[in-house]
Amino acid sequence: MSMQDAVARFVRDGDTVVIEGFTHLICFAAGHEIIRQRRRDLTLCRLTPDLIYDQMIAAGCARKVVFSWAGNPGVGSLHAFRRAVEGQGGLEIEEYSHFGMVARFAAGAAGLPFWPLRDYAGTDLPRANPRIKAVACPYTGEALATVPALNPDVTIVHAQRADAQGNTQIWGLLGVQKEAAFASQRVIVVVEELVDERVIRSDPNRTLIPAMIVDAVVVEPWGAHPSYAQGYYDRDNDFYVRWEAISRETARLESYLDEFVYGVTDRAAYLKKHPGLTARLEAKARISAGVNYGF
Amino acid sequence: MAVVAARELRDGEVVFVGIGLPNLACNLARRTHAPNLVLIYESGAVGAVPDRLPVSIGDPALVTGSLMVCGMADVFQLFLQNGKIEVGFLGGAQVDRVGNINTTVIGPYERPKVRLPGSGGAAEIAIHARRVLIVSKLSPRAFPERVDFITSPGERVQRVITDKGVLEPDGPTGELVLTALYPGVEPADVQAGVGWTLRCRPNLAQVAAPAPADLRLLRDELDPQGLFLKT
Repeated sequence: MSMQDAVARFVRDGDTVVIEGFTHLICFAAGHEIIRQRRRDLTLCRLTPDLIYDQMIAAGCARKVVFSWAGNPGVGSLHAFRRAVEGQGGLEIEEYSHFGMVARFAAGAAGLPFWPLRDYAGTDLPRANPRIKAVACPYTGEALATVPALNPDVTIVHAQRADAQGNTQIWGLLGVQKEAAFASQRVIVVVEELVDERVIRSDPNRTLIPAMIVDAVVVEPWGAHPSYAQGYYDRDNDFYVRWEAISRETARLESYLDEFVYGVTDRAAYLKKHPGLTARLEAKARISAGVNYGF
Repeated sequence: MAVVAARELRDGEVVFVGIGLPNLACNLARRTHAPNLVLIYESGAVGAVPDRLPVSIGDPALVTGSLMVCGMADVFQLFLQNGKIEVGFLGGAQVDRVGNINTTVIGPYERPKVRLPGSGGAAEIAIHARRVLIVSKLSPRAFPERVDFITSPGERVQRVITDKGVLEPDGPTGELVLTALYPGVEPADVQAGVGWTLRCRPNLAQVAAPAPADLRLLRDELDPQGLFLKT
């Protein structure tokens, strides 16, 4: 399925949308298509909103952001996010810590209403977010923090490879993609490479997301840039640094969106606008030896 | 600061590594006196051996050659909440008199003057790591008497490593007091960067100057572009 079709069919106005991936495998291609199709009133959830949600906030897609760390990693601020929160932007926020967000996805994926965790004692986070509550352990009486399950309408996961049915393999940093996908009503998988089912079956331990929970498979090489895909391409740290200046001024950010999001139809067109990019970031080979699955 | 922070780490310890100076300190320790230091990053890399300076906490170089890569549910539940982390390294926009850290907002939460990134894993690192070390540059704005928002509680803080000296909690209140000075620094220089009346421990220790070999390693190999050392 094309990215255009997948977003048109599975991402709707007002949806709770998750594009996960912790630094690794963040699907910018899907975020850009959501911007192009002008989705509105989305509740955007991610541990780290990153540049992709900064762009989606700037483009007017978001009503609310649910998160645990909203910065530009190693660089500084997400300026569109900050403008929307510090000023009269009217962007709603719901804030946790990383463990809290992970636990929310874990509860959603396990079919439970909440998740207990030993956290938040002595912090101001429960005061800032009344959805962080506490429960007494029925066995010991210990007070444990709780967070509510997060069950997104749609989760979008970028991956190295999947077969046509959507059996999806990821290696490198795994983030919370498995939990987010299992917690979600609908799942779109976007891959660098479509492979035969035999390739998946040759290494089943590497499958993170099974086809039974996947609604659409989109093949979009370099779809995670400026994030990265282990074994395919490196993170574009230079772009993350450049985002600081681009996002600081509304006009500059808008002209970025005009040129690189609205101004292209898909990832292939986006790549054409970045000559030299693939040569600069292509990964070197570090092949794993593999294991014997015989019996 | 990176060198002084590195000295806090003992060989064989399990350390939860933050980005920036903590990351430099951990990799310096690993390359010098603590070759068996186990670096765990919240992104899921366990026993990482990055052969370039990770700009972000999720850098691909943390994966290549590491002992284990797991999902974040495992990082926070099996390692951190389950008590497997000995040292947690934190920085922060504000550190207060009792070691509470704020990385959330300057000003009131609902109408922030400056919106900072938020907790990330810092709340639970401060709660679960057995020893918490803070690395932060002194200034009255960075060291107010009380933080605007407690992102990470100060109970487990054992040392605050600054650019002029070292602070440690003292007595039942855990008030931070000056315990060691860098060469050529007076207590008044440290007081100038702290927003409360700073008490000094009698017999202030002198922090040894960094060895030339450590500086060379930091400047030539660990952070040749000066990404984090300039601050």
